[in-house]
Amino acid sequence: MNMISVRGLSKRFGYRWALKNVSLEVKRGEIVALLGPNGAGKSTLLRILATLSKPTAGECEIAGFSLPQHAIEARVRIGFLAHQPLLYEDLNTEQNLAFYARLYRLNRPASRIDELLELFDLDSRRNEPVRTFSRGMQQRLALARVFLHKPRVLLLDEPHSGLDRATAAIVDHELKRLAKKGTTVLFATHDHQRAQHLARKVSVLSDGELVASTAHRASVSGLYRRALGARAGD
Amino acid sequence: MIGYLTAVFAILRKDLAVEWRSRQLLAGMLIFTLLVILIFNFALELDARVRSEVSAGVLWATFAFAGTLGLNRSMAFEKDGHALDGLLLAPVDRSAIYLGKALANLLFILAVALFILPIYSILYNVNLLNLGFLLVVLLGSWGYVSIGTLLATMSVQARSRELLLPVLLFPVLIPVLIAAVRASSFFLQGLDSSYIWPSLNLLIAYGIIMPTLATLFFDYIVEE
Amino acid sequence: MALRSASKTPRLLQVLNFLSLALLLAATWMVFFYAPREAVMGEVQRVFYFHVAAGWIGMVAFIAAAVAGVLYLIRPNKKWDIFSVAAVELGLVYSFVNIAAGSIWARPIWNTWWTWDPRLVTASVMELTFLAYLMLRQAIEDPERRARFGAIYAILGSLTVPLTYMSIRIWRTIHPVVIGSGDPGAKGTFAMTQPMLVTLMVSLLTFTVFGITLLWHRVRLGWQADKVEELHIKVMGM
Repeated sequence: MNMISVRGLSKRFGYRWALKNVSLEVKRGEIVALLGPNGAGKSTLLRILATLSKPTAGECEIAGFSLPQHAIEARVRIGFLAHQPLLYEDLNTEQNLAFYARLYRLNRPASRIDELLELFDLDSRRNEPVRTFSRGMQQRLALARVFLHKPRVLLLDEPHSGLDRATAAIVDHELKRLAKKGTTVLFATHDHQRAQHLARKVSVLSDGELVASTAHRASVSGLYRRALGARAGD
Repeated sequence: MIGYLTAVFAILRKDLAVEWRSRQLLAGMLIFTLLVILIFNFALELDARVRSEVSAGVLWATFAFAGTLGLNRSMAFEKDGHALDGLLLAPVDRSAIYLGKALANLLFILAVALFILPIYSILYNVNLLNLGFLLVVLLGSWGYVSIGTLLATMSVQARSRELLLPVLLFPVLIPVLIAAVRASSFFLQGLDSSYIWPSLNLLIAYGIIMPTLATLFFDYIVEE
Repeated sequence: MALRSASKTPRLLQVLNFLSLALLLAATWMVFFYAPREAVMGEVQRVFYFHVAAGWIGMVAFIAAAVAGVLYLIRPNKKWDIFSVAAVELGLVYSFVNIAAGSIWARPIWNTWWTWDPRLVTASVMELTFLAYLMLRQAIEDPERRARFGAIYAILGSLTVPLTYMSIRIWRTIHPVVIGSGDPGAKGTFAMTQPMLVTLMVSLLTFTVFGITLLWHRVRLGWQADKVEELHIKVMGM
């Protein structure tokens, strides 16, 4: 069953096309990586799927809801990690998570927050304002925010950015665990080795177009290089 | 409906919490207001007789300017629009964001009023403890923040945002200012109520029309 | 190819160019030579014709901009946005003519360049709203966002201007009321004779035709600027 379905998706800003006729499918429980250089359109695609942006043309469906008509229903089931942590720097860890817990109308927010703070090893910083956090800690808290409402689809824009090796491994482990239980993951990265390690399928975006797609792990690096090499004309 | 209100109050509560932590918005607005009132004193050389006539105007002009500080700061909570994404991800109609922030802005302005009005009363020996006047303050403030929050959401996404907000706000705010000053003046001078109703009606009408429009338009403003 | 045909002025517009010029000359002649000298106020009353014409069309332009805004929000099409900007710019200029002409008249008649009566306040607020609209557009880079924000502000402005008028109309206006009810005792009111009426109608027609001509030129300019932007992006992308 397709949790994410994108057909002929295009997005333009003024006269610049950020996405051109992209089609993509992600099945339930799959982990798919979006590879591509900066400016390829990965973030744009994720933002459209996260209902933050409206497509110019094409269709997209997520968690069974077509966008943009059923954006509100879709949002409950989506967890989106952006480039920015989306945290309130003056509030502390607990307040940030409690706020988002209210927005998502969680049933037992306190215990869920405790669970996540433990998972991401933030319990000791519970009452400290986010302003005092390092980049890595902010990223961990941002991830906690994403997981908070147990979404069925995770859309992550560079999830490993700012994380040390150990934490990245914890995140990967958690993602794999969730995928086994049915959560769908689509994440963007320009680290093709990480993509290879974590994802089952890889799609490569370049200059707004989907240039390659593969499920064969071994060929990812070569594919990536060839696809981008052909693009750059070298 | 309950989900909508929950979101509105969650956002209101969050804005109050953020402000409580830093208190920059309130402090800034308070100091600014005091300074402006001081400046008016020297600029207009208000003697006792003139003061009661001019008080309404001085106070509302001051609030109009101080208010932009609050509006700007309140949008800055969302850090130049990026944390706005977090709000946009919420599974609720986006106008809830507008309403939550507008209510927060209202509370901020009323807090400043609560502080300033007694001080003004004392400094200028004008009795502001008039129920009608306080009602006008409430209505006028709501009119102000209902359009101000919408325009602040626009200007935060544009260049030179601190400069743009007053330019956008003041032309469309003038009906509120005029009605509020007239009504305030009347209450403070104890005039016949027949004079006051047209202005009050206008304030009430504005306070219903503007939030309604803002609610309709908000989605278009945060759309990408 | 596309650019060449776009730069060729359409036949109808060329006709309008001449018609506008002709009407402007005719109206000017009528204002100075056909319309009679008003008994009480003298020559300065002649300002009235262009003052009213510019004022009316300026207001119409503002409403048109707001309507185009509504249409844009309902179905986003660049043409509504280009029209909106053109209408606001036209309104800005015409309203300024209105205010300036009124001021020239006011000096000898009311003994002041300006006064804060409802109509003047409303006129100046409308002018400021126009300017704010243009400043808003200036500050936004993304074309679709610029169009959306412009549309919304034009709608808000078109609603608050009448509210401004209402908010201070509680008092007697000292502005002369020539057409419509009002205080006939207001200084500067006069009764219109037949030649005056004709001159006024011709002035209105002139400013309407001239306005449409200007609007059309401005809209064409808007489309050409848009085309340039498109080509610019295409060239940069290569």
